[in-house]
Amino acid sequence: MPELSYREAVRDALSQAMRQDEDVFVMGEDIAEMGGSMGVTAGMLDEFGPDRIRNTPISEIAIVGAGIGAAMQGMRPVVEVMYEDFLTVSMEQIVNQAAKHRYMSGGQLKVPLTIRTQGGAGWSPGAQHAQQVEAWFVHVPGLKVVFASTPADVRGLLWSAIYDDNPVIFFEHRTLYGLKEEVPEELEPIPIGQSRVHREGSDVTVVATGRLVHEALRAAEEAESDGISVEVWDPRTLQPLDLDGLVASVKKTNRVVVAHEAVTRMGFGAEIAAVVGEQAFDWLDAPVERVGAKFAPLPFAPVMEEYVVPHAADVLEAVKRTVARG
Amino acid sequence: MAKVEAKRGLSEERLREFLREMLLIRRFEEKVEERFRAGELPGFLHVAIGQEGVAVGVCQAMDDGDVFASTHRAHGHTLARGTHPNAVMAELYGKMEGCSHGYGGSMHLYDVERGNLGANAVVGGGLPAITGAALSFKLRGESRVAVAFFGDGATNIGTFHESLNLAQLWQVPAVFVLEDNHWAESTPEIQHSPIRDLSKRAEAFGMKVMKADGQDVEEVHRVASRALKHARDGKGPVFLHVETERLVGHYVGDPQVYRDKERLHELQETRDPITLLREKLSASDEEFEDADREVQELVDASVEFAKAATDPKPEDALKNVYA
Repeated sequence: MPELSYREAVRDALSQAMRQDEDVFVMGEDIAEMGGSMGVTAGMLDEFGPDRIRNTPISEIAIVGAGIGAAMQGMRPVVEVMYEDFLTVSMEQIVNQAAKHRYMSGGQLKVPLTIRTQGGAGWSPGAQHAQQVEAWFVHVPGLKVVFASTPADVRGLLWSAIYDDNPVIFFEHRTLYGLKEEVPEELEPIPIGQSRVHREGSDVTVVATGRLVHEALRAAEEAESDGISVEVWDPRTLQPLDLDGLVASVKKTNRVVVAHEAVTRMGFGAEIAAVVGEQAFDWLDAPVERVGAKFAPLPFAPVMEEYVVPHAADVLEAVKRTVARG
Repeated sequence: MAKVEAKRGLSEERLREFLREMLLIRRFEEKVEERFRAGELPGFLHVAIGQEGVAVGVCQAMDDGDVFASTHRAHGHTLARGTHPNAVMAELYGKMEGCSHGYGGSMHLYDVERGNLGANAVVGGGLPAITGAALSFKLRGESRVAVAFFGDGATNIGTFHESLNLAQLWQVPAVFVLEDNHWAESTPEIQHSPIRDLSKRAEAFGMKVMKADGQDVEEVHRVASRALKHARDGKGPVFLHVETERLVGHYVGDPQVYRDKERLHELQETRDPITLLREKLSASDEEFEDADREVQELVDASVEFAKAATDPKPEDALKNVYA
């Protein structure tokens, strides 16, 4: 089994799709010679040329919108938006155009567009280069939302996103690009809407996304030494949500902690808490605990940034709080 | 007069077709106003009375396989590209037989089979996708052109500038049709743009500019044909600046308190594209009335069709969210 970094896994999925399918192409800022600001598309210009590894102006509205137009003609464009924060620049095109063309046309159109983007704190980029905005998009009917946490997952999910006939907002986490693991020899597509249990447990389910999956796994190890068995459940796809997988885990553990790097208030975790309340209330032994960023923009100074975003210790505390409820 | 025009390319017969097409749009929109005021049509409506020459001139110049994006003022473009009045009217009544199957309404008319990629209710919202559609034609080596319609109000919004910039940079086969009626809703051009000649905005990107008088459908058709050929031949996108007149309010029922009534009356008398073509063709009263009766029957029939058409079931609202 080959070992790939998260970054290489993204590149591998893109490259394999582009090799087999002329309709797949990538466009974004600085993705050609420079290989993207995160190095994801490094080397792809040489293999695929400037038509298909398409450098763009700094022009998020037009890049996303051009992706929509090409997708409506049956191509499968992958648009790279350099930072999640810049999705806000193209918000109108994503929310009013990509998400709604199929609906407003009464089913005549499809928009098989993938928008890859990344974000995440931990390196002091400040308030406009690291926020996590997945909750904004989960709220929009017509969009699918994916957030992969490991190299194998990011590879298999990106493949499925490219071949999904709907617009998919594909979140990657800045701090995971260097993470390596063995991945299957052959790319194995992972269905959109299928969750993953990263670690089995019986006392508490931690619902975690992105970087917080890894923080949760660390917290789970520490909890184990205290005799608490933690299950780490990663939805991987935030929209559509694997409800059956979530409810099955909750019925097993009877306690839930949700953990994401985005701001806690009105976050994706709030929806998880609501869904668990609706669908598994009778199985709960404690209120759902939430772990996320404090309600502030991301600060620059490392000590403040460290304070605002959640870490393994925050997950562990939440796990202990929920167990302490008896 | 008509014979002289015919020498320049279009037969008298073709011009009579244009007259009939413009009349169809006019009578359709008048009927839509009437039915709206009678309380039969949900939502709200924008008609393009006075701008029929742009819709017919451009749409008749397009080839099968070309695509376009329209605006909130979309009935004319849609009819001119060949969507049956029954399908458009049924959409305005919110019926399944409508061209968007009841999901769109007046501001979201679609007919993908005829290249209509949708009317957009966000001003300027459709332009980026037209650049993208044109990019796909270029990448696939297809001899097709993507056309965007928009008004002068849209030339102030970011989508306009970013789309033109990208289209010109990548030399994609697109035609950007500015329907310059000099009004952004109730705001006159003098209040919304610091320059009087909006085509300078396209020139700033290095884009080829062509101009036409929108009240002269023959001229629109001639210039649009050149613009489409330019784009189709791989010579890059074209900015087609069409001067036109909105001879009615922004929306049906708009009292137009912001508008000089004498000036409006003068425009209605002197700049109506249907009257102008009728004069050019020296069409007799009898001939005109025959054509008028024919389209009026079509329009009346479309209302009957729409009223008898199928209401969607409430729960159909949950279909078509995802492919």
